[in-house]
Amino acid sequence: MVSGIVSYGVYIPNYRIRLQEIARVWGEGEDISESLQVFEKSVPDMDEDAVTIAVEAARTALMRADLDPCRIGAIYVGSESHPYAVKPTGTIVGEAICTSSDFTAADFEFACKAGTAAIQACLGLVSSNLIDLGLAIGSDVSQGAPGDMLEYTAAAGGAAFVIGRDNLVAEIEGFFSFTTDTPDFWRREGMPYPEHGGRFTGEPAYFKHIISAARGLMERLGTDPEDYDYAVFHQPNGKFPMRVATKLGFSREQIEPGLVVPFIGNTYSGSCLIGLAATLDVAKPGEKIFVTSFGSGAGSDAFSITVKHRIEDIRCRAPSVRDYIANGRYLDYAMYAKHKNKLRL
Amino acid sequence: MTTNAPRFWRCIPQRYNLIGTHCRSCGEYIFPPRNLCPTCRRVAELEEYRFKGTGTVITHTTIYNATEDFERQTPYDLAIIQLDEGPRVTGQIVSCPEVKIGMRVRPVFRILGKEGDRGIIYYGTKFAPLADFSYESEKSLSKK
Ligand SMILES: [Zn+2]
Repeated sequence: MVSGIVSYGVYIPNYRIRLQEIARVWGEGEDISESLQVFEKSVPDMDEDAVTIAVEAARTALMRADLDPCRIGAIYVGSESHPYAVKPTGTIVGEAICTSSDFTAADFEFACKAGTAAIQACLGLVSSNLIDLGLAIGSDVSQGAPGDMLEYTAAAGGAAFVIGRDNLVAEIEGFFSFTTDTPDFWRREGMPYPEHGGRFTGEPAYFKHIISAARGLMERLGTDPEDYDYAVFHQPNGKFPMRVATKLGFSREQIEPGLVVPFIGNTYSGSCLIGLAATLDVAKPGEKIFVTSFGSGAGSDAFSITVKHRIEDIRCRAPSVRDYIANGRYLDYAMYAKHKNKLRL
Repeated sequence: MTTNAPRFWRCIPQRYNLIGTHCRSCGEYIFPPRNLCPTCRRVAELEEYRFKGTGTVITHTTIYNATEDFERQTPYDLAIIQLDEGPRVTGQIVSCPEVKIGMRVRPVFRILGKEGDRGIIYYGTKFAPLADFSYESEKSLSKK
C-alpha cells in the first residue's frame, strides 16, 4: 500500500530577535552567531503557544489541498511545550479545524522528534486502511533559561502534515528508527526550563542517532546519498546538520533548501518538519528527499520520500516557509523577555 | 478554584470558528449566534453559518490598562470589525504595528485569556492584517 503526504502547512510566528541582541545582554561576544551558524530566531507573540501554532499550521495544510476535515481519523501532535500537562492539544486542534468527532487523538512527546513520531503513527493507520487521513503535527514554543546557551536558539514554530493514500504530493517509501536511553537533554515535571549535558549533546546523542537511523534506512532500501536530491536533518543550530550531512556523504547543496535554522532558530518538534516543508516548497516531481529527525533522550527517525506531480497543483495555494521567514518583525531583549514571560511580576 | 469552563465550552464554536447564524428567509447574517431573527421573528428560517472571518476595521483603540488576565499583553489594539457578511464584532488586532481604519483583516487563532496559572486556557479568534501575505487571495481564505 502506497502512502505519504497529501498536504502540508507551516506556521512561524511573526517576531524575531537577533542573536547579537541576546549576546549583548549577557556580555557574550558577537561571534556566537558565527559559531552556532544561527543569526536570528523566531519569538512567539504573548498570546501564542504550541496549540495556536499547531492550529495555524493545520488550517494551512487543509487549505493548501482543499481537504474536507471530516476525513481526518487521527490527530497526533508532537511537542515538548504542550500547554496542558493533562488535556490533549489534539482535542483543541480538532475543534479548531472543524473535524467531525469521529477521530482518535493523543499528544506525543519525544523532545525534538515528537512530530516525526506522529507521522509514523499516522502512516501505520493509513497504510493499514484503518483511517482515511491522519494529521501529524510538530509544534513548539521552546524555552531556554535566561543566559543559558539554549536561549540563543530556542525558537517557536510548527508544521502539519496530512498523511493519506490518494492524491499524494509525496510518497513515503519507508522509515527507520534508532532509539536508545541517552540522557543528553531533559526536563523534569514541573520545571520551567530544560537541562542539558553540554557537549554530551553532540557525538553520543545527535550524531550517533542520526547517523545510525540514516544508514539503517539507506541499507534497508539499498539507496545511497547520491540517490537523493535533497536532505533534511534536525537543526538545533546551523553547524550540526552540516556536519552530519558531510559525515553521511550528503553535500551542502542537498541540505541548503531545507536549512531554515539560521533564520528562525531551533523550533524543536517543528525543526525537521519545517525543513521538509521548505524542501517541498521547491522540489520538482520525481525528486527524492531524505529526512532524519533527532529527539533527545534519545532517538532518530529517518524517512525516504519521493515527490509526486500533485505538488505543482497545490504548492502555491498557501504561504511557503520562505514567505514566513521574510515576514519577520524585530524585538529588542526587553520586549523579547516580555513576550516569553521571562519577567516575573 | 472557581472556573468558567462550562461557559467557555458553550462558546467554543463561535470563538474558534466564528460560527454564527444565517436567516434563509431574509438573508441576514447574525453574529454572535441567535435563535431568533430580529427581522423575521416567527417566520425565520435559521441555519448555522461559519463566517469567513475576513473583514474591515471600522474603528479601533489601544488598551493600556487591562484586567489581570490581559495585563501582560498591554498595550494592545482592540477594534470593531465589520465582517464581510455584514455583522460587526469586537476583536483584538495582532501582528500589526499600526492599525488603520478601513484596513482589511483575516482571522487568526490565539489565546484569549487564562484562568490564572492553574485554570483553563481560553482560545479563540483574533484578527491580523490581510496584507501580510500578499499572494493570499481572499478566495482561498474563504475556504480556510
Ligand atoms: Zn430573517
